[in-house]
Amino acid sequence: MTDYGTPMPTRLAPEITEDELGGRLRLRLGRRAVVGALFALTGIVLIVAVAPNISNTTESFAFEAPPDPLTFSFRPVTMIVVIGAIYVLTGIVSVVPRLDKVAFWCQIVSALLTIPLILTVSLALSTQSSTNVTNLLDESLLLSTPIALGAMTGLWCEHSGVINIGIEGMMLGSAGVGYMCYALLGDAETTFWLWVAIGIAMCTGALLAALHAVLCIRYQINQIVAGVVINLFALGLTGFLRSEVIVPTGFSKGRTTQAIALPLLSHIPVVGETLFTGGPLHFAMYAVVFLTWLVMFRTRWGLRVRSCGENPHAAETLGIRVIPIRYEAVILGGFIAGLAGAWFSMEAQSGFEDNMTNSAGFIALAAMIFGKWTPWGAFGGALLFGFSRALGSRLQFLGVEFGDFAIPSEFFQSLPFLITLVVVAGALGRAVAPAAEGQPYTPSK
Amino acid sequence: MADAAHPSPRTDIIGWIRSWWSLQPVLVPFYALVLAFVVGGVLIAMIGVNPFEAYWALLRGAFGSWDRLAGSIARSVPFVGSALALAFAFRAGLFNIGAEGQLLVGGIAAAWVGTWSFMYDTPGIVAVPLVLLAGFVGGALWGGVPGVLRAKTGAHEVITTIMLNSIALFMTRWLINSKDPLVLRDPGASVPRTKAISPTARLGQLVDSDPPLTTAVFIMIALCIIVWYVLRRTTFGFETITVGTNPHAAHYAGISVERIIILAMTLAGSFAGLAAACEVAGNSYFFQPGTFAFIGFDGIAIALLARANPLAILPAAFLWGALLKGAPLMQQEADVSIDVVRIIQALVLLFVAADAIVRFIFRIKGGDEHHIATTATGWSST
Repeated sequence: MTDYGTPMPTRLAPEITEDELGGRLRLRLGRRAVVGALFALTGIVLIVAVAPNISNTTESFAFEAPPDPLTFSFRPVTMIVVIGAIYVLTGIVSVVPRLDKVAFWCQIVSALLTIPLILTVSLALSTQSSTNVTNLLDESLLLSTPIALGAMTGLWCEHSGVINIGIEGMMLGSAGVGYMCYALLGDAETTFWLWVAIGIAMCTGALLAALHAVLCIRYQINQIVAGVVINLFALGLTGFLRSEVIVPTGFSKGRTTQAIALPLLSHIPVVGETLFTGGPLHFAMYAVVFLTWLVMFRTRWGLRVRSCGENPHAAETLGIRVIPIRYEAVILGGFIAGLAGAWFSMEAQSGFEDNMTNSAGFIALAAMIFGKWTPWGAFGGALLFGFSRALGSRLQFLGVEFGDFAIPSEFFQSLPFLITLVVVAGALGRAVAPAAEGQPYTPSK
Repeated sequence: MADAAHPSPRTDIIGWIRSWWSLQPVLVPFYALVLAFVVGGVLIAMIGVNPFEAYWALLRGAFGSWDRLAGSIARSVPFVGSALALAFAFRAGLFNIGAEGQLLVGGIAAAWVGTWSFMYDTPGIVAVPLVLLAGFVGGALWGGVPGVLRAKTGAHEVITTIMLNSIALFMTRWLINSKDPLVLRDPGASVPRTKAISPTARLGQLVDSDPPLTTAVFIMIALCIIVWYVLRRTTFGFETITVGTNPHAAHYAGISVERIIILAMTLAGSFAGLAAACEVAGNSYFFQPGTFAFIGFDGIAIALLARANPLAILPAAFLWGALLKGAPLMQQEADVSIDVVRIIQALVLLFVAADAIVRFIFRIKGGDEHHIATTATGWSST
């Protein structure tokens, strides 16, 4: 029996009956044991079935750019047997009672080992013999940029007690309006107007967030409806602006933001140059995640925001003005969504297409729930998604074949979604949302 | 979760009578529509087009002739199914944004069954229900997965349905694209799509409009009435609404919350699947993922516009269909981008939801009866 909903403020009946407690305990044991058993099973299959049948040529992981890269060479058979053995071990540890902590870490390690495992098997099955791991990591980080930013938007809104499913619309709107301003002001020679446009994109995000805030806080309409309104509105508005304003300017392509190399960090041997050289908005994402954590969990204002999301009436008795705090938090989230929008139309590429965010906002929402409403957790969720997308396109590039059957590219494209689905369903416990989320607040008189 | 400030049952009834007396349920949406068109008109005027000219073209595009009216109705048919998919799950406290994927799977299941070789010799009375059933089952499967995951592992349906949407898109794309193992692709067609379904498995055409008005419209109306009846008058409907309102209370009242969650999601998916099957059997006759673009997305808006009331979905979906049907003529005659319609749709939803704005502008009294709808069911019940 799972627990539905947050505890009610008044307990009319005992929260957990004996029966229910038993059920829950069984479930909790069950999840760990089931995951462990799955690992053990996979390990046995790997050792018994996969390893003997795999080609025995030497493969390698590269860590640097092509001319004379640092490589790690191995035989797929050895690699698969080692990983399989670790899986079996994890399985054994997981079913032994009283080893909860050990089992937890074993499962984490095993989960991480799936990455080299997938790469090894793919390399063995493809015609190529080497793949660059650092690049893969870099692509993952890059692709997780808008997801992580969107998740931070969601965090600010939800911790203040406002549900935001309009992240998608905020991103799309700011991507469109920002690019439109760039196209109108556009002087393709300097980057000054580009940065002005990025600023405008952020303000657009904030404006849409302000609209969301007014609807949810002032007019107290259903917050999910307000989010859908934002999404629809942004979709219509950007399509309208694209065909009525951007296309008539004849401005086809401007510049994207210039890649920067972080001082010091980019000089780290082997990985530094790849990982620490990139677009400014990409690096801004790290800063935003860090600042979100710092401000939300380590400052007085952050505590106030969270108290508004947990129990606004209690917050009010402490002298916190709930409504202004909610406005501030939602609009701050809007600025962050605007940054994500700018990434789409001015950093990843220069240009705007209809619906170009392509449900990244919803995936950001998923990453936020995945991260259990914590900044680092949400960032992890974004990374997982970015990584599986990068992995998908990498495997597609390697061209994996089982005998005659080439694995279709559609499979690799759906890989990020499959992995997220499995992780969410299998490995994730129950998440607890801010308690007062979705409830409009009327100050007591 | 329920707010503390619920009106007492007595004042609720008085408010209801009063609101009925002053025609409020009709007035507010009507004024919301007017307001949305006014704001949209300002936008059109800003690009230098006479808004009256544009709206006249839009109106004629949607209702200008019997054919166009029939086309508007036909256009709104799939939206009914996708909106019901959201509305029904919404009543059970679940936010099903997976109609997009459920439509795709239902559609491809219908197309697959419709192209079985023996179907070409099967009379319509068997073939049509088979195709519809296939869509129903396909949608149910795709909706049931997030339901089971939610009930058994606590995985939130918002995440799982989004993921399943994309998986469905890529899966169906592969099924109809793949040439090497030829799965469902029609080898003779220049674009990737399935073969046309058996002529006997097609729905009867009522009006030869664009898109054609078929008997699917009756199926969808019947479906709305059935869902309304089930929610209002049956034990299962009562249990569903109880779980949606307060899962704790439902649990202590002896309702199996898990069972309701799984059933609600499965049924919600099947409504979307049925709509897709109607689209395949009535309109396109083959499966192509592009047919279903945005139908699931718009279904969310339509269901919310109708406040998750199955009967109110019918007019809401009709509004959507009419706007989309009229838009091309507006673009052609007044040179206004089709996207204006999307903005108007967003504004209609906005003003219907934020009725305080409408009441303020048009000086309509009352308006405290809608507190029930203001509290969103968040993610909190994970």
